[in-house]
Amino acid sequence: MELKPLHITGALLIDGDTPRPGSLLVVDGRIAALDPAELPDGTETVDAKGQWLAPGIIDLGVFATDKPAFHFGGITRAALMPDNGPLDGAGLVERAAKGGKPDLWVHPLAAATKGLAGKELAEIGLMKQAGARAIATGRARIADSGVMRRVLAYAASLGLVTIIHAEDEGLTAGAVATDGEMATRLGLASAPAIAEAIAIARDLALVEETGAPVHFRQVTTARGLDLIRAAKAKGLPVLCGITPAHLLLSDTAIGDFRTFARLSPPLRSEDDRHACLAAIADGTIDILASGHDPRGPEDKRLPFAEAQPGMAGAETLLALGLGLVRDGHISPGRLFELLATTPACLLGVDAGSLAVGKEADLILVDEGTPWQVDAKKMAAWAGNTPFDGMPVQGRATMMWKGGLRIR
Amino acid sequence: MTSSTLRPASDYPPGGDAFRHRHLIGIAQLTPWEISYVLDAAEQWVDLNRSGAAKHDDRLAGLTIINAFFENSTRTLLSFEIAGKRLGADVVNMHAAQSSVKKGETLIDTAMTLNAMRADAMVIRHGSSGAVQLIADKVDCPVLNAGDGRHEHPTQALLDALTIRRRLGRVEGLTIAICGDVLHSRVARSNILALTLLGNEVRIVAPPTLTPPAIERMHVTTFTDMDEGIKDADVVMMLRLQNERMDGAYLPSAREYHALYGLTEKRLEKAKSDAIVMHPGPMNRGVEIDSNVADDPVRSTITEQVEMGVAVRMACLDILTRRKRGVVGWN
Repeated sequence: MELKPLHITGALLIDGDTPRPGSLLVVDGRIAALDPAELPDGTETVDAKGQWLAPGIIDLGVFATDKPAFHFGGITRAALMPDNGPLDGAGLVERAAKGGKPDLWVHPLAAATKGLAGKELAEIGLMKQAGARAIATGRARIADSGVMRRVLAYAASLGLVTIIHAEDEGLTAGAVATDGEMATRLGLASAPAIAEAIAIARDLALVEETGAPVHFRQVTTARGLDLIRAAKAKGLPVLCGITPAHLLLSDTAIGDFRTFARLSPPLRSEDDRHACLAAIADGTIDILASGHDPRGPEDKRLPFAEAQPGMAGAETLLALGLGLVRDGHISPGRLFELLATTPACLLGVDAGSLAVGKEADLILVDEGTPWQVDAKKMAAWAGNTPFDGMPVQGRATMMWKGGLRIR
Repeated sequence: MTSSTLRPASDYPPGGDAFRHRHLIGIAQLTPWEISYVLDAAEQWVDLNRSGAAKHDDRLAGLTIINAFFENSTRTLLSFEIAGKRLGADVVNMHAAQSSVKKGETLIDTAMTLNAMRADAMVIRHGSSGAVQLIADKVDCPVLNAGDGRHEHPTQALLDALTIRRRLGRVEGLTIAICGDVLHSRVARSNILALTLLGNEVRIVAPPTLTPPAIERMHVTTFTDMDEGIKDADVVMMLRLQNERMDGAYLPSAREYHALYGLTEKRLEKAKSDAIVMHPGPMNRGVEIDSNVADDPVRSTITEQVEMGVAVRMACLDILTRRKRGVVGWN
């Protein structure tokens, strides 16, 4: 089927800090013009009726290819973490990359080490040829500093960013929460929040030495963010990300042993949460992602310490991000930098912004409509959201992937 | 026992308002007057248990109580079993070691199975914090927490409060030092909650490796020096030290622990001259407590704690089954 040219009119375009009225023309699956003066023959027109027109969300670091949840959430591309499998061979990467086509693009993140065991280099070069866009250490970090140093240098030589989980395994062994009043009252094994900063400090030293680009997938503590800030000031090739959970929830959310709030890294103190909000406002945090990790009752309906960490986040990512805009932490333009532009840049894909020539991965966003998060009625294959019952505003109403309407 | 500590029934709200809980999950859910209500109710069972041969009261006749212990226990299980039987209930014990838990059945499924057997109350011990709450949310009968992970052990705190009240005539305005492995202890957490709630000064005495983070937020003061921590205390409450803590990860050795934190006769001189010594058992003699202290008939309350345990558990079983039994005012 041939794609007709598409003209989206009456939209508020998100191509700068604030939404501006305008229209956008898509030809052959790419953005052909903003506010076009003339249209090709046979152009199909869609009236956005004043809704926001934004780049489709590129969700960096999900643990499952969960298309209904991604489509609900306005996510057109998802970078898949290597943990299930694990994705440590070219064949596996190739298969994972085909997992969502044509209406969702999955960008597999290759396992940095064989079996994600943190011991031997995986076939990073072959996986790159098979479609891997970056490599990742998975749910844990690489404990051995020697291995980590070789991984960073090797991946950098192939032009790949290394995506890191930053927690010191010596401090976090056995822990299911962050040290603090809540963990102590509940009698849960906990680890000090500095487990994150210690891990970040080591890897920043390795980055400084190797010059390798890295992305800390989740930085959730004041001290961790301070280190990132200092590294950026020095000009090191460092990015960092976060999920809405660590911006909006603190460890009080695990009260009553709510396993949906058992996350990795665990929820932090209220002080750290405020530091995260400050860091997303001042530009220290580069990427906002869902961390989508759907978990059924077999993983969650257990005593807290026996439950698996993780949350189903894809459906709530956009609405919670819009909440950050509404609360004055970030501008609409910055929100989509966090959700699309910077992730596209990291993955080296030609999308993620409303610029001429980019792939037409687009969403219409009704930013005001209120709805309520309901764990029992999620599009995701499991409803393990820590935001159950929360009233939110805004959702994606239409989606295009490469100019093709998919919702 | 001085009768002055027993409040008249008119001091409490009428009927079920005196104890407004379906379950006993933790001290954290209780008010001071609910604690005192349970302690008062336990007094009559102390008297009954001491009253010679016939120790039976049949108010729970026909009710079935399941003691589901997912973690090994001898003393607490026996105490609950005796408490249930003295009240006339049919008591059944389920040990995890013999159950389908070992076959991979989830905790919830096990709980639903027990629920389907129409128990009138369940007493549950589990090694994981929060597990008892999880079960309580799924079953139709009252659930009593007999210890969940490091979280709570409410009947232990109640029996300790009763022991203190009977020995010292009150359980308020006292200085109480809780000493030992506080980090891993549900007994310590429940006791901190109960004793601070009742208006006592609670101190924690523990090596830094066994002091929970942010414990001072539970309104206690912390000490790493035992002599300083028990100075002028009215109550020295020792905790059991699990053997596996002494392998070098938390403590260098049992010998060193005894030297720094063991309760010896000499060390006890720092406390008030009439201070009592408590221990939830089982004791590691010569490690956290010396035999001559543990066996001191005047100061040690260790066997009395066991006795109070039965009375307090009788009171809890009685109170929590009142709705089921249709006791007037408890609907």
